[in-house]
Order: sequence, then C-alpha cells, then structure tokens
Amino acid sequence: MSKAKSFKGGRVIPGFGLSFGITIAMLSILILIPLASVLFQSFRLSPKDFFEIVTMPNVLYAFATSIGCAFIAALINCFFGIILAWVLVRYEFPGKRIMDGMIELPFCLPTAVAGITLSKMYSTKGEIGGPLYEWFGIRISYTHIGLIIALVFIGIPFVVRAIQPVLEKLDSQYEEAAYILGAKKLTTFSKVILPELRPALLTGFGLAFARGIGEYGSVIYISGNNEKEHTQVISYIIMQKLNYLEYESATAIALIMLIISFLLLLFINIVQIRQSRRVSNV
Amino acid sequence: MAYLKGDERKELAIKTTRRSKPVVKWVLISTSALFIFFMLILPLVSVIVNSLKEGFDFYFKAISTEYVKAALLVTLLATVITVIVNTFFGIMASWLLTKFSFKGKQFLATLIDIPFSISPVIAGLAYIMTFGRSGWAKPVVDYINSTFGTDIKIVFAIPGVVLATIFVTFPFISRELIPVLNAQGTDEEEAASLMGAKGWTIFKRVTFPHIKWALVYGIILCTARALGEFGAVNALSKTRGETFTLPLEIDALYLAGSADSITASFAVSSILVIIAVVVLILRNIFEHKSKSM
Repeated sequence: MSKAKSFKGGRVIPGFGLSFGITIAMLSILILIPLASVLFQSFRLSPKDFFEIVTMPNVLYAFATSIGCAFIAALINCFFGIILAWVLVRYEFPGKRIMDGMIELPFCLPTAVAGITLSKMYSTKGEIGGPLYEWFGIRISYTHIGLIIALVFIGIPFVVRAIQPVLEKLDSQYEEAAYILGAKKLTTFSKVILPELRPALLTGFGLAFARGIGEYGSVIYISGNNEKEHTQVISYIIMQKLNYLEYESATAIALIMLIISFLLLLFINIVQIRQSRRVSNV
Repeated sequence: MAYLKGDERKELAIKTTRRSKPVVKWVLISTSALFIFFMLILPLVSVIVNSLKEGFDFYFKAISTEYVKAALLVTLLATVITVIVNTFFGIMASWLLTKFSFKGKQFLATLIDIPFSISPVIAGLAYIMTFGRSGWAKPVVDYINSTFGTDIKIVFAIPGVVLATIFVTFPFISRELIPVLNAQGTDEEEAASLMGAKGWTIFKRVTFPHIKWALVYGIILCTARALGEFGAVNALSKTRGETFTLPLEIDALYLAGSADSITASFAVSSILVIIAVVVLILRNIFEHKSKSM
C-alpha cells in the first residue's frame, strides 16, 4: 500500500498533478467518452422500443447461450485451474517450466487463430472431432460443447494465474498442523487450503466468466452461429446488427452487456480489496 | 507464531507435500499434462500442419499475396502506435496509483480495468457511436477537416483500427507495473525528493531500475495482444486490402470456404502463431528476470 505523507498539504513525491491529469485525460478520451456514447445513443430509444429489442427471442437465447456457456467454462477452468496451479507450485518434475509457460498461450495467440483452429480440430473431419464422431457419434464443432471448449481455452490462464501466487505464499505450517492433528489429505485440502484459495479462485472465476461472456473471435467459428440451435453468442448478434446498420438495436444490447460487465468488475474488485485486507491483517 | 523465511517455507511446503502418496502426485501431474496437451499444444501443432497441407510453394504464395502484405502493414502500424500510447499511459497511471493516495483511487483503478471485462465488439461499437454517421463527435471531425482542408476519417479507416487496438490493450502495461511498484513502496522516492531530486531524475534513477523488466514484459504482452486483436477491429474495418489487419485477413480467407483458401488462412495464421510462441519464450525469460530483481 502506498503511504504518501502529506507535508503542509502537499506531497513529497513530485508529479501528482501531471500524472493525475494525463491519466484522467487519456482514460476519458479513449475509454470513458466512447462508452458514454453507447449509453447516450441507447437513451434515444423509448423504453418500450428498448424493451422490445432486448427481449427478442434470438437476443434472449444469445444471452442465455453466452452466459450459460461462459459459466460452465469458468467452472471447468476452476477445476483444472486448481490442479494446474497446485502441480506447478508444489511438485518438481521434468518439463515443468514449459508447462508453466504454455499456460499463457491463450493470452498471446490471436483469438481468430484460436477460433479457426479449434473449429477445424473439433469438426467431424478434424483431428479430435473426427474420432469422437466416428466412435461415439458426438459432434463438437457447431454445438454448445464446441463453444464451451473454446471458452475453456480462452479462460484457463485467468484462473491459474490468479491462484498460483496465493498458493506460493500459503503457509504450509497450517497443513503441517492439520497433518499432525490427524486430518486426512482430502480434509486438509477442503478445510485448510481451499478456504485460503477462495478469494483468488473467485477472482479467476470472475475474470474468466467476464471474458467468456463477451468473447468473439475464438467462439464465432466453432459455434456455427445457428439461430435454430441457439448457438449464436451475444457478441455475434451485436456484430450482425452493426453489419446491417441497425445501430439502435446494437447499442441497446450492448448496454445490457455493459451493465453485466460492470457488475462483474465490481464483484472482482470487492473480492480483491477484501483479499488484500485479509493479507495485510495477518 | 514464529514466521518462516521464504526458503524455509518453500522447503516445508515441498516436504509437507512429499508426504502425500506418489500416486496422487502423478495422477495430478498427468491430468495437467493431458489438459495442456489437448487444449494448448495440439491446436498449435494443428495450425502448422494445416498451413503446410498443400506444400511449401503454396504456403509461401499464400503468405505473400497483396492482401496479406497490406494487412501486415496495417497490423504493424496499429501495433506500434498502440504500444507507444499504452506504455506512456501505463507509466503515468501506475505512478499515480502507487505513489500517491487520494480519494477515489480504487474506483479509478477499476475504471482503468474496464477494457478487460468488456466485449471487444462493444469497443468497436463505442467508436462507431462516437465518430460514426450518427455520432456526436462527427461534426467536430468535419469541422477540423473543413478548416484545415484535411480528410481525416476515423470509422472504417486506419485511425479507427488504431483506436480500437488501443482500447482493448489499454490496461495491459499498468497492470504489470502496479504490483511491482506497490511492492517497492515509496520510501526511496521520498528520500530522493527530500534530497532535492526533480521528478524526472527520481523516475529515471530511482524508480525505473525497479520496473525495467516488468515494463519490458508488459510491452511484450501488449504487442502480442495488439497484433492479434480481432473483434474490435472487425467492427471498424470493412475494406480488404486497405484497412484489414492480419486477423481480419485470416477471417476473410477462412470464410471464403474453399479448401485452398482455408489452407491459405492457416498459412497466414502460422505467422501469428510463430510470433505468439516467440512472445511466450520472451515472456518467460523476462518474467524470470523481473521476479529475481
């Protein structure tokens, strides 16, 4: 935590005014004012029109698809994220550094590249999708399963990178104590380790979930965007409206998405503030 | 309770963990390895295999068309401007958020993180709503154009592409710098200031050496994301060969649908995959360096 001391009402370190001015100016011009434009454009609609647009069946299905798939993908990521972070922090084995480095791949790989690759791999003629279709008759590309796989791919680094530092700092004296008191391994994990990881896990979950709801590039190919099978995601609907120059509908839907994003961001920040308070109180 | 030093704690952690059965360890490690293999490594291999399906001649022809060259140029231009703007902002914002305390600091930090949780498509939409036909800033741009005789276009032109790229990668560098600066505290800067050093000297001589590697690391990440941005740019760029970036070119080739054009789209993708792998390697080197500081 910073502890700049006031000296006769001023600050010791120089540059407050300058950095404050530049930060606020750039933030406003590049981020806040354009987003405010979305807000104002959507206010031009009457409440009735607004309501009609956002409750059209395909829009509602798209919201359900985006939120539902992102939620499931974030849950899957929490499960694998804990395992991956645990393995990377607690065990020594050959290839560990490569594994650690690979986690970041979804951050670095362009989403469109990830999208077309996953879509091809999991299609009925692809490397993974082919055998699955022939042996079990399961189709992955152009279904909700494909969508979830793409979102798992995109979200995994958020969860692992949120848990890893906390796990590294976790004091194993408590585990030691639990062991000496005769607790089983699973009990130790669920009663001692998991509660300590919970804020970090929630942060990772929130970030992966938020990213998943708004994801575009990596999901639009694998989802197939079929209205009848409800595989259109909400970002796709907005893009479609933009292409048809239906700006009013696009802004109305975007406004709902903005509200969801803000709520999630707020949730993540509250979790993080609580976490830092807990840590500094120890 | 007595506290353990870092090394002792790590040793105890490994010792505590070692007591668990080796079966558990290897089950967890193989689960992780399988996950990484199927979810991350296989797609990488798949891009390369798909791009070389028609042989090397086809590959080189596919990545040297006029469209790809134009797209590469636009991509590089947008990336360079984005990295410069965001580095400047990142340093300013992280200085503000770590060296001073003021009301609303947490709120400001949240606002800076907005682009992380917003759909890139909305970023594109936001600029269309600002500078597009019905946007409120359209008259401002028109006025500038008529007064200075310029022909600046923002939406569906290069400036729009650049703005969209800046938007989606906006918080990347400050995000990397803030934890490092927070851990470092403000004592050194305060001492330097009380001894009479000016702002720029303090930054250059006291702060910069601490954040050097974190900054490089942030710039690398920002570059990677700027090169690959798709959703936001897709909303703001409609002319192939003029305002298309590489990801848009990949999209256009893939959606053309013929076997040849799909292979070509994987060929163009392979350029970005190679960049992504290089970035990953660099990132690991610099992360290691910034942690050992």
